[in-house]
Amino acid sequence: MTSCGYNKMVELRESVDAQWAQVENVHQRRADLIPNLVSTVKGYAMHEQETLESVVEARSKATDVNLSVDEINEQTLKQFQQAQEGLSSALSRLMVVVESYPDLKANQNFLDLQAQLEGTENRISVERNKFNEATRSYNTVISKFPRNLIAMIFSFERKPYFEADEAAQKVPEVQF
Amino acid sequence: MKYLLVNKIITATLLFLLSQMAARAQFPAPTTPPRLVNDFTETLPLTSVNDLENHLVQFANETSTQIAVVMVSDLSGYAASDYAFRLAEAWGIGTKGKNNGILILVKPKVGNQKGKAFIATGYGLEGAVPDAVARRIVDNEMIPLFRKNDYYGGIQAGANVLMELTRGEYTADAYLEKNSADWIPLIGVLFFIIIIVIVSVGNKAGKISKSSLGHDIPFWVLMSMLGSESRKHNGGWGNFSSGSGGFGGGSFGGGGAGGSW
Repeated sequence: MTSCGYNKMVELRESVDAQWAQVENVHQRRADLIPNLVSTVKGYAMHEQETLESVVEARSKATDVNLSVDEINEQTLKQFQQAQEGLSSALSRLMVVVESYPDLKANQNFLDLQAQLEGTENRISVERNKFNEATRSYNTVISKFPRNLIAMIFSFERKPYFEADEAAQKVPEVQF
Repeated sequence: MKYLLVNKIITATLLFLLSQMAARAQFPAPTTPPRLVNDFTETLPLTSVNDLENHLVQFANETSTQIAVVMVSDLSGYAASDYAFRLAEAWGIGTKGKNNGILILVKPKVGNQKGKAFIATGYGLEGAVPDAVARRIVDNEMIPLFRKNDYYGGIQAGANVLMELTRGEYTADAYLEKNSADWIPLIGVLFFIIIIVIVSVGNKAGKISKSSLGHDIPFWVLMSMLGSESRKHNGGWGNFSSGSGGFGGGSFGGGGAGGSW
């Protein structure tokens, strides 16, 4: 009972913050992939200008929403998530469209980019899950008696979770 | 009345245990003692499993990188990628801090159900095995053989490439140091005891003969031989759990790639 769990709360808050940095990293990683992806697709699929533009637009919207650790609350996290989801759906539309370009699909550079993109999507979901887990243990600790009193005095506030992404839960599996 | 209560308690306990088991049933637990090659589908011939196990254990001892193979017949509704990350994280493949674990997950094709394969890389190996490379290994090395029903060949081919790619990434030095460090306190204690014994024996024997000093030289030699012998054993291969100490708490962040057939 030394320090009434204050240190424990600080520790858990730190781990939530560290996990948020990871979440930002993997989202940035996805954004960084897009210019390369767009230029590769452009070379093969000139008729998909519209889809490509919507990806670029969604990317700039997503990168505009920068959320630092201190600003995270229910609302800002929702905004962040919405902007990222816009990019996710633009990207998945693009990936469906490219299915009709066999030359592109045979291009090794494109295949590598596709693997990287899938990899970042996976990373995003893993890091979001880990963020939620870290947040859950932090929230649990600060809301239990008697720590909740200490938490109140030192203003440890509950942190929000990522909502399960409805679009991501039913990933369209394109089969041929 | 008492009987009823006892009955209730037993039922409640059973229900609790059952629910616990149901919650865990999604992911197989590592075997005890843990092994690197885990074929829960009983597809691979036993001798091949042991060969691959020895090979991977030897690799783990040399490089500290742990490459685990898991074959399951059902992914419990998860995507292969998600299943692989969760299982790998739960088992803690790789060593803590280095996060140098790899999981090769294979769900064999059964009837109409697609076969799935996924290589999940720990945080520490995302550089040595980028996603695009993992995808190529799955597509070019593993799936062609899986299509021919040669599961062992495919897994072996994939594991070989992964070993080549990760060989230079980590060395087992830190691991060996850590393991031999475990011996130092023990050796210290032994030293202390031996010195006391020698001193007390020497004191007693000294009254009879002063030349007892010659006796403890072969003893020291023996001791040092014992020490080096056991260290050598740690560095060599053998059982995964005793050699490398089992899974070491490596963490996974979504790296890797997979395919289906």
